[in-house]
Amino acid sequence: MDFTEYPSRLLQNAVDEFSKLPGIGKKTALRLVLHILHQNKDDVFKFGNSIIKLKNEIKFCKSCNNISDTDICKICSNNSRNHSLICVVENINDVMAIEQTNQFNGIYHVLGGVLSPMEGIGPDDLNILSLEKKCKENKVNEIIFALSTTMEGDTTNFYIYKKLNKYNIKFTTIARGISIGDEIIYADEITLGRSIVNRINYDEKINANI
Amino acid sequence: MQLDSLNLVNFKNFNQLEINNLLKINCFVGKNGEGKTNLLDAIYYLSFTKSYFNTIDSENIKYNNDFFVLQGKYKNSDEIIDVYCGVKPGHKKKFTLNKKTYKKLSDHIGLIPLVIITPSDINLIIGGSAVRRKFIDGVISQFDKEYLNALLKYNRVIEHRNKLLKQFAKNNIFDKDSISVWDEQLINYGNKIYKKRTDFIQKLIPVFQKFYSFISDDNERVELFYKSQLTEADFKSLLQKNISKDTILQYTSVGIHKDDLILTLEGRQIKKIGSQGQKKTYFLSLKLAQFEFIKQICGFKPLLLFDDVFDKLDADRVSQLIKLVSDNNFGQIFITDTSIDRLQKILLDIDIPSKIYELYNQTITLKNK
Repeated sequence: MDFTEYPSRLLQNAVDEFSKLPGIGKKTALRLVLHILHQNKDDVFKFGNSIIKLKNEIKFCKSCNNISDTDICKICSNNSRNHSLICVVENINDVMAIEQTNQFNGIYHVLGGVLSPMEGIGPDDLNILSLEKKCKENKVNEIIFALSTTMEGDTTNFYIYKKLNKYNIKFTTIARGISIGDEIIYADEITLGRSIVNRINYDEKINANI
Repeated sequence: MQLDSLNLVNFKNFNQLEINNLLKINCFVGKNGEGKTNLLDAIYYLSFTKSYFNTIDSENIKYNNDFFVLQGKYKNSDEIIDVYCGVKPGHKKKFTLNKKTYKKLSDHIGLIPLVIITPSDINLIIGGSAVRRKFIDGVISQFDKEYLNALLKYNRVIEHRNKLLKQFAKNNIFDKDSISVWDEQLINYGNKIYKKRTDFIQKLIPVFQKFYSFISDDNERVELFYKSQLTEADFKSLLQKNISKDTILQYTSVGIHKDDLILTLEGRQIKKIGSQGQKKTYFLSLKLAQFEFIKQICGFKPLLLFDDVFDKLDADRVSQLIKLVSDNNFGQIFITDTSIDRLQKILLDIDIPSKIYELYNQTITLKNK
């Protein structure tokens, strides 16, 4: 079906804007726009304003680049958290994912991506300088790398490690292996192979689970 | 594992064709354009879920039709395996095993291992080094998923690194830290690949030589060598030494992506001095060595398809080749040829269950040995 013929220019503009969103094509965009059109005015204004307000008023934490309503985010301004333990992540949603686990009491540092010359992303495009500043000024004991387990992620880990190695910091990376609750036969060969090579002491495992 | 019957509908030049009770050696003879190779391709298709010669499926359908169907019944000791494939443009390709539809086509590949040898394999000898690397990579990847992973990663690092070199040139800068992290990855994966290639080629050489000397009746001395820049110096120093050259070229000039196999006959490069028949013997032996490795990996004998391989070989070599592949180390074989007389003569000499089929104008007839 060809959607180039719209009965109204206003409709077409709205569809064009919606279809710029990730994962939204022209058909879905039209469906969403027509849905909005059928809503009452108040709801639509609320919807539109929430987006404008989001863009106007949202802040990025000056310390970790996480999304925040204040200059320094809730996590970074929380004194009960361990500020000498920094978890380096790619994006804001990674922070939310790790926070969901309730297992981490340190602070974060959001890079905003990983090194990828093919997509034109170099060290200057990532928040690496501010991380170095943190290491210089504050007492940082440990940096945990929690980037994607891709080659680009690994390369970024390595770049940061090389930059910050001089500051006497312990570097760790999140464990890689079989997911909890997975059956061995469904694990891919690479992961399973690595899990065998990098097996862990059973004593430690028992203690960790208790 | 043996193919017992084959059934095709609207595949390439055939409307409908059925062949039953296939034996250990099966020959298809006929004039040019009768579809001998298309029959081999159908068998290949049932193993690899795609055509060897043309991966565009719509072009594999008989002209003026809108679908094709392939069906093969295989026997593995007492077990019967039924493979069905239906292709209709605009629909998902259907592949079933004993009436059960595969969710992923890749799950089927490897179930019925197969090696095909065609005249275009001459590129292993006369083609560029990429053909030979692909040959090696193809065999190692079959049994070593870590290798395949390292290879994919390596190629990606090369792309990143080359792009970075181009960005440096464009902006007239050079950032040593940026390039060195990619180098580190390159060295890591490159060394792994180099070691596995070295080990594999060490194992390949004797198998290859055994086949070559059998076919040529011990008349010629052949050798092959693994040539890699990493043999002469370690990868790290190679990259450091060539960094200014790479910066000018804007691509990575050293690494295992430059590897090659040196193929020699009597100490000289076969590419340059070998006759057509010698080159053919050479790539046949390489492919048979590949067969041997796949056999070891999967634990039983793959099917072996010979497309027009007798052409350019002398009668002695043809008979040696047939003697070689008809023994117990090889499984079921399919052969295409234009000359029925030649095949009859060869098969008379050996005491192996075999059949010769003649293809003419869409029909297939069984010929006497």
